[in-house]
Amino acid sequence: MKANDKSSQRAGEISLSVNGISKRFPGVLALDKVSVDVHAGEVHAICGENGAGKSTLMKVIAGNYRADEGDLVFRGVKIDLRSPLQAKELGILLIHQEISLVPELTVAENIFLGSLPYNRMGFVDWQQLYRRTEEVIAKAGFKLSAKDIAGELPVARQQMVEIARAVALQSSLVIFDEPTASLTEAEAKALFDTIRQLKENGVAILYISHKLPEILQISDRVSVLRDGRYQGTLQTDEVDENAITALMIGRHLENPNDRPASHPGDEVLSIDRITVPGFIDQAELSVHAGEILGMYGLVGAGRSELAEVIFGLRDSPDVSMRWHGKPVKISSPSDAVRLGIGLVPEDRKDHGLILDMGGATNMTLPALRAVQHFGFISRDKEVRIFEDYREKLQIAARGPFASVRTLSGGNQQKIVLGKWLSTHPDLLILDEPTRGVDVGAKAEIHRLISELAKAGMAIIVISSEMPEILLLSDRAIVIHNGRVTRELPRAQLSEQTLVEGITST
Amino acid sequence: MLLQIIRKPFHLSYYQLVIAFFGLALIGILFVAPTMLSPDNIKLVLRQGSIPALMAIGVTFVVISGRLDLSIGSLLSLCAILIVDLHDKVGPVIAIGAGLGIGLLVGCVNGFLVAVLRLNPLIATLGMLSLLQGISLIYSDGRNALIMDPENTWFSFIGRSYIAGIPVPIIILIIATIGFSILLRYTTFGRKIYAIGGNEAASRYSGINAKRIVFSCYVISGLMTAVAAVVFSSRVMGAQNNSGSGLELYVLSGVILGGASLFGGSGTILLSVVGVMILEFIQNGLLIVGLPYYTQWILTWIVIIAIVWSDLASKRYREHQ
Repeated sequence: MKANDKSSQRAGEISLSVNGISKRFPGVLALDKVSVDVHAGEVHAICGENGAGKSTLMKVIAGNYRADEGDLVFRGVKIDLRSPLQAKELGILLIHQEISLVPELTVAENIFLGSLPYNRMGFVDWQQLYRRTEEVIAKAGFKLSAKDIAGELPVARQQMVEIARAVALQSSLVIFDEPTASLTEAEAKALFDTIRQLKENGVAILYISHKLPEILQISDRVSVLRDGRYQGTLQTDEVDENAITALMIGRHLENPNDRPASHPGDEVLSIDRITVPGFIDQAELSVHAGEILGMYGLVGAGRSELAEVIFGLRDSPDVSMRWHGKPVKISSPSDAVRLGIGLVPEDRKDHGLILDMGGATNMTLPALRAVQHFGFISRDKEVRIFEDYREKLQIAARGPFASVRTLSGGNQQKIVLGKWLSTHPDLLILDEPTRGVDVGAKAEIHRLISELAKAGMAIIVISSEMPEILLLSDRAIVIHNGRVTRELPRAQLSEQTLVEGITST
Repeated sequence: MLLQIIRKPFHLSYYQLVIAFFGLALIGILFVAPTMLSPDNIKLVLRQGSIPALMAIGVTFVVISGRLDLSIGSLLSLCAILIVDLHDKVGPVIAIGAGLGIGLLVGCVNGFLVAVLRLNPLIATLGMLSLLQGISLIYSDGRNALIMDPENTWFSFIGRSYIAGIPVPIIILIIATIGFSILLRYTTFGRKIYAIGGNEAASRYSGINAKRIVFSCYVISGLMTAVAAVVFSSRVMGAQNNSGSGLELYVLSGVILGGASLFGGSGTILLSVVGVMILEFIQNGLLIVGLPYYTQWILTWIVIIAIVWSDLASKRYREHQ
């Protein structure tokens, strides 16, 4: 049978050869003659900065894009992919960052979605479906139950279901695109076990991530891309993070800890008590002028939700805050903006920007008051604000009124920053300020945040990236299990103390 | 596939493709009925079209904010019945006042249901359409209303007179178009409407009070329909309780033909008015050619489907770039 034939590849032999692939988009050469071999039974990590070409390469391999140059040789045969469906039939499966299960259906139905077994009457043959699901689960070695409802499973299990699909399809090359982006550490561990299981079954695995510790942990070999060019392949057990980083950015990073301690001023916001239903139970925190407060915690710990309560976006049954020493109640974002609070949200595209509007238009949105005269907007003032921040933040935009949709993540984020800086806030809350931003822009944003604090702004940085917290914070709090588990002054800040915060009970 | 072959070489967007189609249709009709272009006929069509065009101004606000107002057809009927009936009973001033008052009130109720209670705009305003139809039937007892002595009331000035040779309804339309264009394009209020339609969550995160703005859009919509009803009553000097029936979709199709997206965030007053006028001219041409009046309903369907398709296609195209 054709299907059986698909998965029979011996460990060690080359599963996929990428030969001199180039891909051009209007204005950019996303991939420049990239060549990489992937062996059966290996986890081959692809890493690089944002914009290095990782995702493009994966999309070429999975049939989403067609290469302009070069070819793909899959299991000894040159292939010309025209669609993801064709790739899937050949045995190449891309597992996306976002989970794409039908939450109301069972595990079994999700695994065999699109290829459900039918009986003679044309109805679903449930017995056969469950039997085959059990077989797949057993083969993959997963801890899943065929009849569970997919939507009720924890995220890591849901991801297993996605991977089980790959097993059911008898894919021989599985591509993971940033699979741990929304997983907790424990869930990530479970995922790694799953991946190892796949590997033992002889599947070739491409693993894209920019998280180096993870790559060191899971991969056998790692290939690095920079600016669309192949930089080299390393044996993972022979290298450390620095060697990979050096290849990724072509230079060594400065040590983040060389920063003079700041001298915070008066208390700007102090929260005596805050409860975020479902997340946080009676926490307290405060932030001073000129201080950067780091807020660390796992995804789902309720950090963003906490910011939403402070900003008046979310109701809380129990909150008591003081603003510059005086009790306040913030019941809507306009209250918060009026007081002088800015929020750079985690989700740039959905919450930060109006993508079809221009940079200037986006920037003046929270501060329309400042650019109006009897209700009429002054275009001159808008343009001036935009040009001002374009220069200060080094934003590469086509013009004040050109849509921001096509800008890179870094430039979009700078527009969101400019938007809030133009309101001259006393307190700026930044939720994952450098997510999806390339390394260059990341450094600029970090420098900017430090400068703002130096100029006297109170800043809260929410991040799940430990290095970011370590780099920026004058003081950090750790949120875990609904409580503030640690409050750490800069002198006590280290990976160790942060990890203690999320592992202690 | 065929569409791609037409579209690609000319670098047309999906929307432009649809507009080109209707443009060609109009030119085709012109060939068959050249009398359409006589100054008298043009004036006639513009005067006729100023009623749905006034309504379109209000609807444009609602559509840009990313919502719908389907109650305006019945609202026109109710206001017209009320104005005509009260005219002979209590005089034109109070009659006009009552009509505008009802428009305002209905706008407020729609605004409250959609903006504050967050009901689905389609359902809320469709319900209102039904409610208002019922009320105007009850109010009129199913009978048509008529102004008894149309020659001897200043009320006829609004719909029937000319200033410098231009029909008054057209002048009202021009003034309203300019005024509301300025409101939408140059004020913070207008900017906020575009922002909410473009991305409501991001607008909220920017401190914009979406409730208040959306509410205001419905109020404007109700009010403009009442203004259209004043013009209508004065022109016809009478009203049936189904005068506005079907107008809600007709006006909406004019608005989206003018380039306002049903996803919100785009559109202009002037183009909405032009959109309605294009429909009026096509319909006028069809009448001259000899097709019955109610082909308008079929035309409405064609426009809505074509534009909604182009809107969706270009959105998909944009997001997959």
